[in-house]
Amino acid sequence: MRDALSVSLTVGFYGVAFGAASVAAGFSVLQSCLFSLLTFTGASQFAAVGVVASGGAGISAIAAAAMLGTRNALYGIQMAPIVKVKGLKRVAAAQITIDESTGVALAQASRGTKAMRCGFWLTGTGVFVFWNVFTFLGAYGAKSLGNPASWGLDAAVPAAFLGLVWPRLTTPFLRVVAASAMAFALVVTPWLPAGLPIIASVLVAVAFGWRAR
Amino acid sequence: MSATTLWVVLIGTSALCFAIKYVGHSIPERWIANARLQRINALIPIALLSALVVAEGLVTKTQIVLDHRLAGLAVALAALFAKAPFPVVVVAAAVSSALVYHLH
Repeated sequence: MRDALSVSLTVGFYGVAFGAASVAAGFSVLQSCLFSLLTFTGASQFAAVGVVASGGAGISAIAAAAMLGTRNALYGIQMAPIVKVKGLKRVAAAQITIDESTGVALAQASRGTKAMRCGFWLTGTGVFVFWNVFTFLGAYGAKSLGNPASWGLDAAVPAAFLGLVWPRLTTPFLRVVAASAMAFALVVTPWLPAGLPIIASVLVAVAFGWRAR
Repeated sequence: MSATTLWVVLIGTSALCFAIKYVGHSIPERWIANARLQRINALIPIALLSALVVAEGLVTKTQIVLDHRLAGLAVALAALFAKAPFPVVVVAAAVSSALVYHLH
């Protein structure tokens, strides 16, 4: 319960950042809120508005978001035998299957399936509420600020990406992958249409993941 | 980007991301047991988020442009090394970038 609440609160801050980034990319406050209600997977939402902000094509934005969302399928496979639901409840369970709900559920493994199920639903719905409320606040706030560069919003967005990737870089190998992806994206930038270097960086993941290490 | 495209991005992203989640809840685990696929899938978020850092921080359209955003990114990096929490990282980046933007 305490895990679920603290995770939900932290997520609120990311929600503000997303709302602001989305408005800075040209989306309306309504569209930003719909993103958080309907897409509801932070990194994918950031990626979609990030590609749009960098001038990329719509299809690149959708592709980047979808590729970042593939890990949710793996979470779903792990959570399905724990939540065991059908019909509309499965739709709800699927929608709240994200990093946080899966993480808290797996952390309860030693306390049994019931605690895991409870952690999943509590965290998922808690994050859903906070994420949506704070997206609105961030989007509305950014809308009233005006020129994104004047308030540093254009730097806040890449800083947010850096803040999202940072906790994942737990081993030297993963840091090499991150640095390689950055270098690769920069090198191909002059040769590809805007937005595509982001998608192309998946090749770096394929190259490093191809062989077992 | 046109208003229609923004809606297409919103709806396309939402539909695909939900479909991915729902498929995860509906397929047997052995379907994705391939070790190579799992290794690559674990690296995809790191590669994409890293590329997004430079695409958003150092690129304008298809050119590498070093401007006020670089100051913001440098401060964000320093804050992360100092183990600052996420909101501090983002706000510090915004403030330093805005300062450089106005001083220029």
